[in-house]
Amino acid sequence: MSQKKITFKIFRYDAGDPGSGHFEETDLPVEETTTVLDVLESLGRADRTLMFRHSCHHGSCGTCACRINGRERLACLTRILDLNTSVVTVEPLNKLAKLGDLVVDPADFFREYPSDWQTLRRSEANPEATPPQELPAYLRLENCIECGACVSACPVEDFLGPAVLAGLNRERLNRKQRDRPSTDAPDNDKPFLGLAGGGRGVWKCKRALECSRVCPTAVYPARHIQELRDVLKG
Amino acid sequence: MIVIGGGGTGAAVAYDLSLRGARVTLLERGELTSGTTGRHHGQLHCGARYAVQDREIGRECMEESEILRRIAPDSIEFNYGLFVALTAEDEQYCDTFLPACRACGIPARLLTAGQALAMEPHLNPKLRLAVLVPDGSMDAWRLALQFFASARHQGVDIRNFCEVVQLNLGGSGGDGAQSRITGVEVRDYRCGREYVLEADLVVNATGAWSRKVAGMAGIDIAISPSPGTMVAVKGRLTNMVISRLHPAGDGDIIVPQRNLSIIGSTQWLAEDPEDLSVPIRDVESLLVSAAEMLPAFKDAPFHTAWAAPRPLVGQAGGGAGLRSLSRDFTLIDHREADGVDRFLSIIGGKATTLRGMAQITADRVCRQLGIEAECRTADRPLQPARSFYGAPSRAL
Repeated sequence: MSQKKITFKIFRYDAGDPGSGHFEETDLPVEETTTVLDVLESLGRADRTLMFRHSCHHGSCGTCACRINGRERLACLTRILDLNTSVVTVEPLNKLAKLGDLVVDPADFFREYPSDWQTLRRSEANPEATPPQELPAYLRLENCIECGACVSACPVEDFLGPAVLAGLNRERLNRKQRDRPSTDAPDNDKPFLGLAGGGRGVWKCKRALECSRVCPTAVYPARHIQELRDVLKG
Repeated sequence: MIVIGGGGTGAAVAYDLSLRGARVTLLERGELTSGTTGRHHGQLHCGARYAVQDREIGRECMEESEILRRIAPDSIEFNYGLFVALTAEDEQYCDTFLPACRACGIPARLLTAGQALAMEPHLNPKLRLAVLVPDGSMDAWRLALQFFASARHQGVDIRNFCEVVQLNLGGSGGDGAQSRITGVEVRDYRCGREYVLEADLVVNATGAWSRKVAGMAGIDIAISPSPGTMVAVKGRLTNMVISRLHPAGDGDIIVPQRNLSIIGSTQWLAEDPEDLSVPIRDVESLLVSAAEMLPAFKDAPFHTAWAAPRPLVGQAGGGAGLRSLSRDFTLIDHREADGVDRFLSIIGGKATTLRGMAQITADRVCRQLGIEAECRTADRPLQPARSFYGAPSRAL
């Protein structure tokens, strides 16, 4: 397999002091399949003080999101040679509190989610398939893996943010499907539209569309925000 | 007490001990579930895969999968699974498989090819029959996070990015043990400091790394790091877990997760659980096996391939016979095994059975410390995953 030498610039800082932030440069040979997470793991084996998050290694947990060459991506799915640059910079997500090197604290982001929003929805895969009699319907987990990429990329401040608003719209639609199998039942959109139309809601969106551009699981938060705006406008 | 290791096992042990009234600190060198737990296939096993080979494991998976569905439904896509017979040999294996499932209490139902294809239209149309079982998919990260959230809710002090660099030993222990663990030395990468934490007891739940951790107390544990490869393609080809109806082998389970389909797994022996370059031949052979069950797999766009370092207890001599190494877990009480008191290692097991492993570990801990407390983890719903980060308990 062909190798190529790449210069990595990793954002580092003294423990507990993000103010001391600087880029640490290392040259490493990479192969076609080498991902940014592979490089972080290899650097981490040589220097245990390097802090970064990772778990599933296949884009389903959302922990390894960071800014790679200035753009929010999952480190585990980003192949270095696909970036087409000889220098690769890796920085933590914006907007979230910094805990160490590439690690951010997603607490502020998760605090925006009401506790009763569910993570499961009806599966849309193979609509012609009939579930076994044991099941009312096939279910699957929502596409959003809550990685924070869209939150970091969004230029708007003091905002519920793209992930939460997309989640709000999904939860609103899921409940319609779940609670209103017959169309005669009343809609229960009110609390959702109240939150979406509030001071930190959809009207703050400036349509930069960065959220949909960086989302690694094709949630397209901007579309959900637009849909909520349309519903609010009636 | 101290639990070393922030994988699923450590999370469940810390949670169980905290519910029995213990004050627990959990230490993890990196991010939580960054070792093996997060990378697993994502299958909620009803036990059918193990029923023929090992009734005990089959029964345990059935019981534990029902418990997880009850206490952590938000992390599970419970859509059942199909074991598909593609050859005459597979069909014959069904005669052993069905009674074995029933003996484990697994409600297995025989389906015709037509019935199976109605449920999963992408299956190989040449299939001869299928067996429906209560398998499912899970979110490996969020299920573990539900245990961590529940542990934290019970007051467990969870410290990620904190590496144990030394186990401290003191004078003689109980039952004639030469020494006992008195605490650990921690390197806390978050603040750059090192400190000592004292403990009445230490549980080593570091899986493929447990040999290294126990080595700090001069103990040798026979472990083979045994990584396995998984390959994901884009697109959800099925809603159910699809398994090949034959004796357990490589590349015979396809698990759907969100909008991905994942084929696994292989198995090889490694010296170092952190040296995990994915063998390209694994990727090729997995894609071939997947396409036998689901022909659409070969046309689906490649997503990624990765490896997870499973800890297998007992040293294996080579490639042959690797599959017959126990998939079950091992609990070592180092007082009996090595003369080191107040130190236990819990190694191996499956994500599906993590709660049960934790129960057995906590029972042993309580016995050693003379604490009388029942396990309470089986019928309490776990906290939601998001609440690990302090999300509010208010509904919209």
